[in-house]
Amino acid sequence: MDASFFTAAVVAGTPLLYAILGEVITEKAGNLNLGVEGMMLIGAVVGFKVALITQNPWLALGGAMIAGGIAALIYALLTVSLRANQVVTGLTLTIFGTGFSSFMGKNLMGEVVPDNIKLAFADFPLPLLSHIPVLGQVFFNQGILVYGGYIATILAGLYLYNTQIGLNLRAVGENTAAADAAGIKVSLYKYIHIIIGGVLCGLAGAYLSLVYIPSWQENVTAGRGWIAVALVIFCKWNPYRVLVGAFLFGGLDIIGFRLQKYSFYISQYLIDMLPYLVTIIILIVVSARKSISGLPPANLGDSYFREER
Amino acid sequence: MIKMSARSDCSKREATLIRTLAVVFALVTVSFFIMILGHNPISVYISMMDGAFGTGYRLLETLRKSVPLIITSIGISLAFRLKFWNIGAEGQIMMGAMGAAFIALNFPQLPAIILLPLMAFTAMISGGIWGLIPAYFKARWKTNETIFTLMMNYIALKFITYLQYGPWKDPAALGFPKIPNFSQNAVLPDIFGLHAGWVIAIILVILSHIFIKYTQPGYEIEVVGGSENTGRYAGMNVNKIIILTIFASGSICGLSGMIEASGVNRTLSVEITRGVGYTAIITSWLSYLKAPVIPIVCILFASMIQGGTFIQMAFQIPQSAAQILQGAILFFVLGSEFFIRYKISFVKQNIPEA
Repeated sequence: MDASFFTAAVVAGTPLLYAILGEVITEKAGNLNLGVEGMMLIGAVVGFKVALITQNPWLALGGAMIAGGIAALIYALLTVSLRANQVVTGLTLTIFGTGFSSFMGKNLMGEVVPDNIKLAFADFPLPLLSHIPVLGQVFFNQGILVYGGYIATILAGLYLYNTQIGLNLRAVGENTAAADAAGIKVSLYKYIHIIIGGVLCGLAGAYLSLVYIPSWQENVTAGRGWIAVALVIFCKWNPYRVLVGAFLFGGLDIIGFRLQKYSFYISQYLIDMLPYLVTIIILIVVSARKSISGLPPANLGDSYFREER
Repeated sequence: MIKMSARSDCSKREATLIRTLAVVFALVTVSFFIMILGHNPISVYISMMDGAFGTGYRLLETLRKSVPLIITSIGISLAFRLKFWNIGAEGQIMMGAMGAAFIALNFPQLPAIILLPLMAFTAMISGGIWGLIPAYFKARWKTNETIFTLMMNYIALKFITYLQYGPWKDPAALGFPKIPNFSQNAVLPDIFGLHAGWVIAIILVILSHIFIKYTQPGYEIEVVGGSENTGRYAGMNVNKIIILTIFASGSICGLSGMIEASGVNRTLSVEITRGVGYTAIITSWLSYLKAPVIPIVCILFASMIQGGTFIQMAFQIPQSAAQILQGAILFFVLGSEFFIRYKISFVKQNIPEA
């Protein structure tokens, strides 16, 4: 294993990073959105389509983020205002998103991302930081969206733990009724943060189709959205831990391909099971040793209805 | 000011009306989408119906597609009644089909009367085990079953891919990655032009209805699904109920895989499920987990899938349009539940806002 493996792991982990962050923020508001995979697919196809039409990288990303936000808005309308079951609504969003992306992507098969867009997301070394031995090469000689991921993580951490709004948000997820009684506009908080979650998932999807692949293929996410939902638990709803989870799984994602290079004889298809297997193991381990610090927001998944208290 | 309050006065007829309206709204919404694509939505819907029911052959195809959907929905509803969010049907179907294929490929000479039941049995065991694993951990440590079962889907998919490209590859297929076809003995016979799976589907619908409504374990599932603590106070072995129910749920899905492999594909392949495991989640929910409603919803959904392939040829609208339509219908029905459970009234606001 050389440094290039870790550099590639960071690249593969970045879509996970955005998606996990999005889901952490959503769950902090007390909503479990299982539509991550669907929102990522919607972001991936919309971003790709906009990129082909406008040839503009930033419009493509913007389009993907808006599309992810709109998808999350549907979820918010149903679960917050109409109090539909969160699990089923999220699943439906994923099924809908899968259909939407394969529908929109039908004529995109085989298309490649325009060169100017590839160039906009290409790697460039950060001054000073990229000279740190090994770490510089791994973390600070990357594309702009990878750096964006670091910034998003820090911003999310500061927001959740060091601002009044972040504190209010956590109150909404931990004890909705008390937050409501304290005068926090519960529904507004839920809407805003569910939508932020969707925007980040849309961005995660666009990263896959525009930067990671970068051509159109059906079902680009290949379950990464679901892995992201699982990693929220692994990261204990803490944005800073998301960095660890995302890059660890980025590594698992590419390890099969790398091992083949060393003519290491295990079928590629069996090695491809690794990320899913490890996700399961993490789920089991986390659930077996529940600690106080690693608990989900107490009101996660509950519909809130003031009149029913 | 809008005032909302819980209601219990919603009659069955009113509820049905609200739900039907929801489906209509979904169709109207998707119409706009079809119009944006430059087609006439009414003619698209009509040709979808035509594609699903227009001729005897098309009707038969629709029913053929509804069989795995019905059986899988029965399996999933069993788990959903426990509030065990089993989205692993896809993997359970695949493992069931794998179990059936294992028997079919290794004992092709056995007479059908022994071979077919043996295949069904193996399919149920392997599908059941695929459900049992997450169920065990759910019962033991409350491990999140939604993600667990989903990961099991991907593992099953990779495993079947491995078999298809590796040890089970048909040497006679000239390098093409496919698993050999089953012998004639391993193929489900036709009954009135459709493979016998439809009879199994009907039997399962009746059995599961009786099971839930009239038996002790069925009642226990209802209680534990309502509240685990209630079940515990009533002296029920909650963990045992969870594990056994999910095993049953997985085996029914596995059986559906055997029927598809034997009755339709006559072999095992990575495409065996055609997304049935996910579609069945929608159909179970839309049927309110009620066995007698499941066949109706499933035939409706199968007709959308079958009609979807038809409009692909007639209008060049991708087949996935059917998936969008299904998602939209569920969105609207989920939203409509609110109007069944709550009353909304507009009240004059007298007190000024503080």
